[in-house]
Amino acid sequence: MGQEYYMIFKIGDEEYGVDINDTVSIITMTQITRVPKTPSYIKGVINLRGEIVPIMNMRERIGFPIVEETEDTRIIIFKVKEAPIGGIVDSVTEVIELPNEHIKNISELGTEKVANYICGIANLGERVITLIDLEKLIA
Amino acid sequence: MIVMSMDMSQYLSLFIEESKEHLQNLNTHILELEKNPDDMPVLNEIFRVAHTLKGMAGTMGFVKMSTLTHSMENVLQEIRNERIQCNSQIVDILFQCLDVLESYINSIAETGSEGGRENDELIRLLDNIANGQTGIVPQSSETAFSSGSHSEEKEDDFIIDEYSQGIINNAAKMGFNAYKIRVVLNQGCVLKSARAFIVFRTLEKNADIIKSQPSVEDIEDEKFDFEFTVLVVSKASQELLFRELTSISEIDEVNITIVQSDASAEEQSGMSQFDKKEIQQHIEKGSKEISALKAGKKSDHSVIPKAGKTVRVDIERLDHLMNLVSELIIIKTQLENVGGKDQSKHFNESIEYLERVSTSIHDAVMKVRMVPVEMVFNRFPRMIRDLARELGKQIELNMMGEETEVDRTVIDELTDPLIHLLRNSADHGIEKPEERRQKNKPETGTINLAAYHDGNNVVIEVEDDGAGINIEKVKAKAIEKGLVDASIVDSISENDIIRFLFEPSFSTAEQVTDVSGRGVGLDVVKTKIESLGGVIEVETKKDLGSKFIIRFPLTLAIIQALMVELGTEKYAIPLSSTKEIITVKTEDIKLVQKKETIIVRDQVIPLIRLAKLLDVPDSHLDNNKKLTVVIVKKGDKLFGLVVDNLIGQHEIVIKPMSKHLADIKGFVGATILGDGQVALILDTNTLSL
Repeated sequence: MGQEYYMIFKIGDEEYGVDINDTVSIITMTQITRVPKTPSYIKGVINLRGEIVPIMNMRERIGFPIVEETEDTRIIIFKVKEAPIGGIVDSVTEVIELPNEHIKNISELGTEKVANYICGIANLGERVITLIDLEKLIA
Repeated sequence: MIVMSMDMSQYLSLFIEESKEHLQNLNTHILELEKNPDDMPVLNEIFRVAHTLKGMAGTMGFVKMSTLTHSMENVLQEIRNERIQCNSQIVDILFQCLDVLESYINSIAETGSEGGRENDELIRLLDNIANGQTGIVPQSSETAFSSGSHSEEKEDDFIIDEYSQGIINNAAKMGFNAYKIRVVLNQGCVLKSARAFIVFRTLEKNADIIKSQPSVEDIEDEKFDFEFTVLVVSKASQELLFRELTSISEIDEVNITIVQSDASAEEQSGMSQFDKKEIQQHIEKGSKEISALKAGKKSDHSVIPKAGKTVRVDIERLDHLMNLVSELIIIKTQLENVGGKDQSKHFNESIEYLERVSTSIHDAVMKVRMVPVEMVFNRFPRMIRDLARELGKQIELNMMGEETEVDRTVIDELTDPLIHLLRNSADHGIEKPEERRQKNKPETGTINLAAYHDGNNVVIEVEDDGAGINIEKVKAKAIEKGLVDASIVDSISENDIIRFLFEPSFSTAEQVTDVSGRGVGLDVVKTKIESLGGVIEVETKKDLGSKFIIRFPLTLAIIQALMVELGTEKYAIPLSSTKEIITVKTEDIKLVQKKETIIVRDQVIPLIRLAKLLDVPDSHLDNNKKLTVVIVKKGDKLFGLVVDNLIGQHEIVIKPMSKHLADIKGFVGATILGDGQVALILDTNTLSL
């Protein structure tokens, strides 16, 4: 109690974290089949061991400029509302344990406007990790 | 040594499944009884089913069900004895009982308990009917085993082995008595092992079971006749055990004999290794198991409920499947051994063989999943009967092709649409008797429900000889709802008018009745059928009746599809929705209202640039002189889809689209190609063409 594990990934120079329980696996980039008539951040679907899994570009979803994929580019497969969905990130850093006292709720951040999918900010000395609520990100 | 953990929950799904079958049976037979109140075989059958249900419910501990069926049984018994005459009132009450029982079963399936519905009123009605009669049949639970007489105790072959004897001897020292208990179940007992389980559980309250014959495993598997013997040690008296056991229903006989601790036997065989401690442990272990069992029960209750979907499969079909799988293994071995000189020849042979076998396996698996539509059809006679009464009409339902087999997943989805269509026919279609007389039609209206296979499709028709669809009324309604402009309504073909019926919130019933016409109607039916990959059509003739035709594929999992290429992307078009493939020269394309069309055999077909519709990047067909056009069906309209390239016809496995993409229209799902890539499967019915 009092602390949880988070998977940390990078987009640009920023670090983001999601609850480890909401993640399934990390895979390297693979060929994605485009699905017409979807929001542009949905890159399409892939075949993940026989299951059709949609893939979104986290950069586009969060509002970063699109970049070419690199050797570090990964797809994190999340599980949201019982169904898998993948997110393309610049790189996956680590899995860390964040004690609750290091996490600030957005309400504690003052009146500053924050995107609704951000559920908290973790301060670890030099590092600042933005925690993402996947359900809100995907809804 | 004591493994007494039999669990009731494993019988629950079996119970639900069988009860449903019995209820269906009851339904059919009560309907027959209504037609021929004096039909003794039918009556006997109803009695038998009610009795079986009572036994099953009693065994599972569903009190409300068993008391109700008990009262039903009493009434039926009186009719059988010709002490009371069967009349429509009784039949009605029987039907009511059936409904209540059905609600219990449904509630059990969902929540694991019977639910709150009371049945006192019904039981009172039933008892009133049965009343005034003297000799009400005594129930099995009250009869038999009036004493623990050892009258016909046959010399059994129950052997107390050394180990057991040792336990007995040691237990005796601690003040436990050892009993040998022989239990004979009632011959009519259904779910024997569950009954035995109750006996075991009752015993375990006061005693520890040392040995049982047959073994617990055999009892669990129902590998015993109607009797079994157990050896127990207990501090309880013989009378207490006897009383407790005889209070369990469906037990004919209980014999309890005291087994003497044999001091001499102990000495001879040197049983001293069984010391007090061991006995104590032994007993503790037993009680732990019981509490574990109880805990298990409790937690089960919160989780169990959902009885899964099951399919009963003919064992022959499974054998066939097994055979095919063994052939698959042979091919695997063949492929492993491919090598040497004629490598490619052997390889090709094996591949051909593999192809044949995989096709057969596909067929076999499909067959395993198939169930007759009878499962759905069965409930309709009752429904139509009730409807006819409610509406004051005379309706006869004829069913044909009940044996037609459909995939299990389809059949569940089919029920609601069919109920809807039948209600429609009964409510809107069939006229009141006086109206029919005026039209020179027989007073009794007919609804035909037919199912048959047509190629790879299953067709179900609901046809009535009623008034037919009133085209004028539909027109008026369509204008009122703003679906069509009044000025052009007369230029629309009759078929297109009828199609308005399938628009959301379209109902022509003048008054909203309980039966149909709530405005949630045919559009729901249509959506449902389309989600099954099917289509629905209507034929209607004024005063002659209407016919709704549902057509859907045999299975939903594997289909034949045409693979096409658009730019660098690949798509699959289900073969069932394609009509033909043609090549069109660009100069043959005509513009009608600024839309591209082609004329094929005097038919004007709109042309759709699929790449443009799907926003495919870098499709190059604009420069082409000749276009490849796949003509597809959308309902009964035709469209020409322009594609870059044809890849060919493939058998594909449909995978559902992700939940997260559920609101994307135009695709039935996706499939995985040979190279592991995903290709989307177009749904021409929902594609916005």
